This record gives sequence, C-alpha cells and structure tokens, in this order.
Amino acid sequence: MTQSLTQPALSGHKGMARTILLRSHIWLFLLAACVFFSVVSPYFLTVNNLANVLTQSAFIGILAIGMTLVMINGEIDLSVGATLALACALAIGLHNGGASAPVAIAAALLAGTAMGLLNGSLVALSGMHSFVVTLGALIGIRGLVFVYTGGNALLVNDFEYTEIPEVYLGQISLTAMIFFALVLFFQWFLTSTRHGREAYAVGDNVEAARDAGIRVGRHKLINFTLCGFLAALSGVLLSMRLGTAEPQAGRSWELWAIIAVVLGGTRLKGGYGDMWRTLGGVLALAVVQNGLRLLNTPNYVELIVMGLVLLLALGLDRIMLLGTRKGE
Amino acid sequence: MAGETILSIEGVSKNFPGVRALKDVSFDVRAGEVHALMGENGAGKSTLMKVLAGLYRPDGGRIMHKGEEVDIRTPLEARDRGILLIHQELSLSPELSVAENIFLGSWPTKGLGILNKRKLNSDAGRVLDALGCDFRPTTRVGTLSIARKQMVEIARAQAFNASVVIFDEPTASLTDTEKEKLFSIIADLKARNVGIVYISHKMNEIFEITDRVTVLRDGVLQGTVNTADATVETLTRMMIGRALDSFFTRARSNFGAEVLRVEGMAKKGLFENISFSVREGEVLGLYGLIGAGRSEVAETLFGVRRADAGRLFWKGGEIPFPTPRQAIDLGLCLAPESRKEQGLVIGMGGRENITLPHLGLFSRLGIMNRERETQVFTRYRETLEIKTTGPSQRVGNLSGGNQQKFVLAKWLCNKPRLLILDEPTRGIDVGSKSVIHALIAKLAEEGLAVIVISSEMPEVLGVSHRILTMSEGAFNGEFTGEAMTEENLIDAVSRHRESSSSRRARTAA
Repeated sequence: MTQSLTQPALSGHKGMARTILLRSHIWLFLLAACVFFSVVSPYFLTVNNLANVLTQSAFIGILAIGMTLVMINGEIDLSVGATLALACALAIGLHNGGASAPVAIAAALLAGTAMGLLNGSLVALSGMHSFVVTLGALIGIRGLVFVYTGGNALLVNDFEYTEIPEVYLGQISLTAMIFFALVLFFQWFLTSTRHGREAYAVGDNVEAARDAGIRVGRHKLINFTLCGFLAALSGVLLSMRLGTAEPQAGRSWELWAIIAVVLGGTRLKGGYGDMWRTLGGVLALAVVQNGLRLLNTPNYVELIVMGLVLLLALGLDRIMLLGTRKGE
Repeated sequence: MAGETILSIEGVSKNFPGVRALKDVSFDVRAGEVHALMGENGAGKSTLMKVLAGLYRPDGGRIMHKGEEVDIRTPLEARDRGILLIHQELSLSPELSVAENIFLGSWPTKGLGILNKRKLNSDAGRVLDALGCDFRPTTRVGTLSIARKQMVEIARAQAFNASVVIFDEPTASLTDTEKEKLFSIIADLKARNVGIVYISHKMNEIFEITDRVTVLRDGVLQGTVNTADATVETLTRMMIGRALDSFFTRARSNFGAEVLRVEGMAKKGLFENISFSVREGEVLGLYGLIGAGRSEVAETLFGVRRADAGRLFWKGGEIPFPTPRQAIDLGLCLAPESRKEQGLVIGMGGRENITLPHLGLFSRLGIMNRERETQVFTRYRETLEIKTTGPSQRVGNLSGGNQQKFVLAKWLCNKPRLLILDEPTRGIDVGSKSVIHALIAKLAEEGLAVIVISSEMPEVLGVSHRILTMSEGAFNGEFTGEAMTEENLIDAVSRHRESSSSRRARTAA
C-alpha cells in the first residue's frame, strides 16, 4: 500500500456538511435579502406579497429550469424569451380564431417544443456552438412572432381563458405550484434518471462521455427540446395571466433566466449545477426586484441596483469558492 | 490461456494529411504478458494505441481479435471486446462519482431510464475492493489524487472484464510509492491473463515490468524483442537509429557571482524555511518526490504565488518578492511543469509564443513589428532545432520536445539571468531530451544560473553541479561532487519522512 493511496479520501459527513454550506451561497444571500427588505419595508413580509413574488418568479423560473438542463450540458439557449413570446401569441391567437383552449394550448406547447428540437438538431448536427445557433433562433423566432401578430398586441376575446390559472392552494397560485412541481420533478430527473446524470458527464468531459458510448448529440437534442417545451409552457401561463400577447413579450428574459441559473451557482461551462440552485437564483432575483419596487425605486435605478446585486451575489460565490479551495 | 495471442494487428497503415503515421506495422499482445511500446514522440505509438482502442480506423491492414478479423470502429466497440485504454490525460468526469465514472455509458436502470444507484454503487464497490482501493464508490472523482483517478480508470477496465489493457505513460505523474502500487496491480492483471500494452519513455520501468518490447520509429516497426535480451543501448539505438554518446552533458564548472539568494522563505501549508543561493554558471538541481513542494517554491520565486515570509536577494541586493512581470524584467524566468497549461498559449503559433512576454521589445507605440518577431523565431528555430512548419503553426500541434524548446526560446530571447526549469523533460522523447540537456549545459557555460527541478534521478544527477533534496515542504540535504549519488538522494528523501514527526516536535518546542 502506498502512502497517498491509503490516506482517507476527502469526504465523510463533516466534509459533506461543509460542502453543502459553502455551495449554497445563494440561499444565504436570499435569506439576507429577505431580512433586509423585511426591515426596510412593512409590506414585504406579508403573505400576500410573498405569494405574489412566487407567482411573478414562476415565469422566468420555468425558463431557468430548461436553461439549467442545457447549461449543465455546457450549452446555452438564448432563444427562450422569443419562444415564450411565440407560445404566448399562438395560444391567444388560435383561441381567438376559434380553437378551444386545450387545443390552442397544445398547439402553442408543440410549437415551442419544435423550436427546441430545431435548436437541438442544429447544435447536434452542425457542430456549431449553441450560442450562435440560438442567437439566430432568438432573432428568427421573434420575427415569426411579429409576422403572426402583425406587430400588435393580441387581446384574448374569451375572458374565461384568463380564469384557468386562478386556482389557489391557500395563497399559492397554480402558476407558482406548477413552477415548484417542475423544480421538484427536474431535480429528481437530474439526480435519479440515467439521462439526467449523463447530462453532467456530457458537460463535464464530453470526450469521456463520447468514448463511453453516450450519444452526445442525441442527448443534447433532448435537453434543447425540453428547454423549448418549458419556454412554451411559461409563455402559455403568461398568456393566461395577462390575457394579452405582446410581440415584445419575454424580451431579454433569456438573460434573466441565465442570470438566475448562474447566480444559483450552476457553471456556465457545464458539468455542474442543479435545480435547487436555480430555484434559489430565481427567488433571489424576484425578491430583490420586488423589494426594490416596494421601496418605490425608479425603474432605471432598479436596473442599476439589480446589476450591483448580481455582482455582489457572484462575489459571495467566489469568496466561498476560495474558502473551499483553502479547505481542500 | 497464458501466452495465447489475444489481439494482433497485421500490416496496419494510417495516414493523416501530409503525415504517414503508421506504415505496415504488425504488433501483437498475448494473454498474461506486459508488452512495452517504445519510440520517440511522433514515432506512431499514440496512433497505434488509438487504432487498438477504436479511436482511429486504420487505412490498411487488419486487426485480429481472438483469432478472428475484426473492425473496431469506436471506443465502445473496443470496450465491448475487452480492450481498454488508460489515458495519460485521464478521461474522467470530475463532477461525477467514482461509480458513475466506472460504469459511464452503461449505468444500470430500474426501467424507464431511472437509475439503479444501489446496484451501481455495489457493483463499483466490488471492483474497488478487488483492487484494494481505499475510496468509496460515491466519492466525487474531482476530489481524488491523480494516482487514485488512475485507479478509477483501472477499475473501469476491471468492471468491463478487459482482456487487453493499454497504459499510456501511466507513471508520468506518480510518486515512487504510487508507482509501486501500480506495478503490483499490473502484475495482478498479468496473473489473471490480461494482456497489457505498456507505453513508456522510462527505461528502468521497461526493464522492471515488461516481457517484450516493440519499438517504432517514424511510423515504421523497428522490431519486437524479449526484454530479457535487450539492453538500454540496443533499445535506444532502435528508437533513434543511432547510439547516443551520452545521455547527459554537465556544464564545465565556472561559477561567477551570486545571482539569487533566498532566506527563510515560507508559505503556509506548502513549504517552510527555504534558504539557498545560486550563482552564475551554476546548474542547481532540486530533487524530491511529487508533492514535496518543489514546483510551489519555483512558482513563488517567479511571483505566481505570494510568500508568507522570507527575504530575497538579487545580485546581492535585497528585493521584494516579485510579480511575474517584475520577475521577467529582472531576468528570472520559469519554464513551468505543465507546458500546455502554463508554459505556452497552445492555440497560438511559435512566433507569437516566443515574443508574448516581451511585446514591448517588438512593438512601437503598441504596433507590432512582425518582421522582427519572425527574425527571432527563425533564429531560435535554427539554434534549438525546433521542428515546426512555420511561425504560425499552432504550438499545440507540436511534440512535447518542440513545445519545451519554444518555452525556452521565449525566455532566452530576452537575456535571462536565472532560468528555473520545472521537469524540463517530462513526456519528452529520448532524442529531444538530450538536446535539452545539452542546451542546459551550454546556457550555464554562457553564465546563466539554472535551477533544474526534476523527479527523474538520472537527470538531476546528470546535469547538476549541486543538488538540494526536498521533502514535505522543506530542504533536507545538499550534495555536491562525489556525494551526488542515487543512494544519497534516496536516503535524504526517505530519512526526512521518518524524522518529520520529531521535526514537528522541535518546531513546537
């Protein structure tokens, strides 16, 4: 036996606990933000407001779930905001045109899934980087939305359509519940299914994954398709909540989704991350935005503050990372 | 059955655009033997290995596996036939667990794609136990040492019941004790009739563990011999086509003034109380096992790391610890251990790599003088005999020896005073090695101070005027002249380990 081979490997419960603490910076940040806004605003820590934050966070949150899958693969999807707008417009447009709500919704979801499939196929077959592919898709799909809506907002004729998500569990809206259910499902998907765990292998060391017989192209295609589907789902939920479909809906939301994922600690270059982190990132963004609005921060100042907050949160991650390195 | 041929290739050729990598090569592996594959870098070893492992398909010839002709198109097909390659740069996913890495690509499920983690971990646990590994199947691979990662790759070969295992320079980053452990595992595989292909530059390993040796040169088979019938001289002649006069050249001793003196340099957790000096024209060897802190000392002198304590004297005057920029301006240069990560920008050409630290010298008002850059490139290509197609050829595509020459050219073009070479010949073929050793001697004779860090004992003994041994973050021996022997160095390094507890006691008191 050799010396270094017989030293106990770095693990064990103590190490685990520390790792969890060090790796969950976003929850500490979220906690701090909640405490701060509870102190400075009397309206923040109310059931009503918090329930509202959850509902508002769900739309970008659902985009972020799909983004997490793609980013664990080491890819990125910039087209989710446009896909959301497309699904939103299709759901309302088709429903106004006479299709029943379920048919219109199914068609919208299908369209988003198809966009995801297209992105995935292009990435898998062409070997182009997903940044380029989905940047093209962002512009193209947004163009489709403008063509379909004629550049105008579509208003839903049937007001019952907007009643569909008006289901509550206590104060929690259906939209928020769907978001949480998806977080739970996809977290399980990532940890307990073969495809989910292979996502890490693909993002971590693509050569090793390929050599081990994982069909990398097909694998990524599935994740892009899921990402497209989730973007469409978010679009459909938005169409119900707003009752209108703006051609500019979801503009730059792909960036907020990416920010939420990165804020959670999922690695941009892949191989590392999970849905709990993404949930933390999404909630942190939503809480800060909500808190700033409660304080009547002017819109443009809000953006500046949000930018600073992002840097702060990521800085916190960096400090903690250094902490772990030192520990190791 | 032992001695039976498991895998053989007959008359295999492989061409790449402009390069004939393999020409009509035949090679075979028998059950229960260790078959060494030797040759200089670029001789075709890697290509041959990749043909066997299904990463390349040959252009001509045939592959026979257990008596039938086969076509191995992918690594997966190779694995299904029991042929596994243990990569030099290990092919593991650091974020996945040990078990997940071992069975990557064929994880057990409970149906519907749901992972059967219990089976995955228990299967992996069995394999790890059989190999005598001390880490758990659930451990994240990223937290393991290189030696343990290698064990994970070997476990993978075990798990798939490999009948042929190909090791590509497996000892390149192992300490001596880890190497012994690896050799005992190889012996174990051998006893279970696994055929082993062993690629290495290190002669002593070849003679220690292999049964037969096949040598390639320029893609052409030079012959297969029984190790027992071979000598270092015959193998060297086969590899380079001529006999090397001597592997090492030591510079004539003609020392000048002191260039660098270090007093009491320390960095918490890495090294402590480092004191030494080096003079013009002197080659100072720094010997120690991997992990002793040698590279960290070098990086601290060059300013990549910050020292916690200590004083630094440059040509007799005290200076603060430099930043890399200040070190370069002083003429204190470091050729780091990992050429590809730290020494070179592998995506750039040789010319750009040479001038990168000295862009100020090659530009006016921020505009580069391409012509002067090319002149310097051409000068070093000739004097250092660098094999490259031109100034813009990506250095990432060059062999290790040629890459190292570019690292040296980078520092030499700005008149260095002290050159620190960290493992200057790691992964470099025999021919280029002796060129680099000769160059070290020549530079020292021209008055440069050189520090050579190496874990290859013959190298340190061959090129140095004086040797410091290092172990567990501290210097523990200094040898010159007659005292520079293998026995003394080994003794120094191991003596320290035994007495380290008493040393700690002293420090406490």
